[in-house]
Amino acid sequence: MMGSVKMHKGLWLVLGLVALAVAPLVVYPVFLAKVLCFALFAAAFNLLLGYVGLLSFGHAAFFGFAAYCGAHVTKVWGFGPEVAILTGTAVGAGLGLVFGAIAIRRQGIYFAMVTLALAQMVYFVALQAPFTHGEDGIQGVPRRPLFGLIDIGSNIAIYYFVLAVFLIGVFIIYRTVHSPFGQILKSIRENEPRAISLGYDTDRYKLIAFVLSAGLSGLAGSTKVLVFQLASLTDVQWQMSGEVVLMTILGGMGTMLGPIVGAAVVVSMQNYLAQVGSMTTIVQGAIFVVCVLLFRRGIVGELAAFLRSRRKTPAEPESSYQQAGAAAPAPERPRGG
Amino acid sequence: MAMNDDYVIETRDMSKSFRGFMAVTGVNLRVRRNTIHALIGPNGAGKTTCFNLITKFLQPSSGQILLNGRDVTRLKPAQVARRGMVRSFQISSVFPHLTVLENLRVALQRKMNNSFHFWRSDRCLDQLNDRARELIADVGLAEFEGALAAELPYGRKRGLELATTMALEPEVMLLDEPMAGMGTEDIQRTAELIRRVAQGRTVLMVEHNINVVADLSDTITVLQRGEILAEGSYAEISSNRDVITAYMGSEHE
Repeated sequence: MMGSVKMHKGLWLVLGLVALAVAPLVVYPVFLAKVLCFALFAAAFNLLLGYVGLLSFGHAAFFGFAAYCGAHVTKVWGFGPEVAILTGTAVGAGLGLVFGAIAIRRQGIYFAMVTLALAQMVYFVALQAPFTHGEDGIQGVPRRPLFGLIDIGSNIAIYYFVLAVFLIGVFIIYRTVHSPFGQILKSIRENEPRAISLGYDTDRYKLIAFVLSAGLSGLAGSTKVLVFQLASLTDVQWQMSGEVVLMTILGGMGTMLGPIVGAAVVVSMQNYLAQVGSMTTIVQGAIFVVCVLLFRRGIVGELAAFLRSRRKTPAEPESSYQQAGAAAPAPERPRGG
Repeated sequence: MAMNDDYVIETRDMSKSFRGFMAVTGVNLRVRRNTIHALIGPNGAGKTTCFNLITKFLQPSSGQILLNGRDVTRLKPAQVARRGMVRSFQISSVFPHLTVLENLRVALQRKMNNSFHFWRSDRCLDQLNDRARELIADVGLAEFEGALAAELPYGRKRGLELATTMALEPEVMLLDEPMAGMGTEDIQRTAELIRRVAQGRTVLMVEHNINVVADLSDTITVLQRGEILAEGSYAEISSNRDVITAYMGSEHE
């Protein structure tokens, strides 16, 4: 039984990889590359929301500022794309360390507000600093050869480059979630005071998870720059922080596939609804409201629950876990009595 | 006898005020090694506050806390836990959406010193399964191994919690109302369990069920309005005039 489940998983994984490999023959590769960048961003965000229970509302800062730094490194300093994305990752992680150190002790809505405030400060820097070129952004970022050898100038080539980055990033997230460290993260999400009472210094685990999430968001942001050859204020604005929350919850937080599916849906919607102009946000908002009301577990979460209920006996009690939207299931702090 | 003076937990003039309200005032509590010590008192007497102070979930406003003769007043809660003092909570405290086995593994994992290793596969935790199953069987939960903790009945949850605490092989266990919300049958089973796990360890517990307290404890401390009112064996306490008027009321006259 377990073996067949594992085999199924392996089969799906191979099918998924094949689909990703041949997808650019059917769909416009730049669009696909965009989807993958956002999927990695959402997956990185989900590491924090889905597996630690922390809702950050400042992830645009890591994504967007890493994008500027990656663009600068390759356009002005002339380094290759590998240096650009590593710089982006490092910048994301560094900012994450600062944000995390300040915000990690706060819970729920306060945590979200502190991260939002800090992200607004980063936005201001992006608006004012000379190297970001304000409203213009950094335009015409070149796609230099990878490692100085491999040409990634064509749209097909950049897609496969992004695909490789995406797979590495998602593997890192998968490894983290399914690691001894990930196990402690889940215990913190479930019941933080109890994790403390078992001797785990939970703030340190949360901080490391935050830095990992921020670093991978930076990786996603700086990779996106190479696709669009542009770093702009859009990526660092607070709306971007909101969008990644939307993608993650829509797809299903706390699942590996959820954020990826969510990103694909949101990016596709934005692309194909672009013709109707400002209606995009209305349609997007309506879908989000419907989702939160009807499928709290998100697309993948609901699907997984459906499959599980079919596999088990019908009498199996349904888990009461409701992955509600906003504040994480913050366990109550002990009070004096 | 030297053993009589062997205190595991000692508080010296421990006080805590919340914006001027004194929840705990000058408490000198001493818990002797390898005994079961109960903390009782009416609601609002400061029992849980004492617990939170001793386990460092709250910082005392003044006074000192010693664990095995060493000052732990400034330590963080996770640090005192690593020194062998593990607590439970008033509300049953499990990891609801992990399985029973995983609940145990979270506790057992601490001694592996790999809890920061985010680059390793969690398959390395499988070596904990045997020990985890032993502990699960110990509290009679063997058949629930794969169930989510959230799906267990209340009494079973407390059993799981106790097993998780035991997994750390703590020197001192602090149990905050272990019988709260339990039916008679569960109470008896849990009392047996506590008596068994208390072998070779020290237990400090807050409990309202006076029969359980009388049955299990070697020493009882009565708190009232944040201060120690009396201390002694059950026989001493139950005949103490102050205690009768303040706490037990007419029930024991």
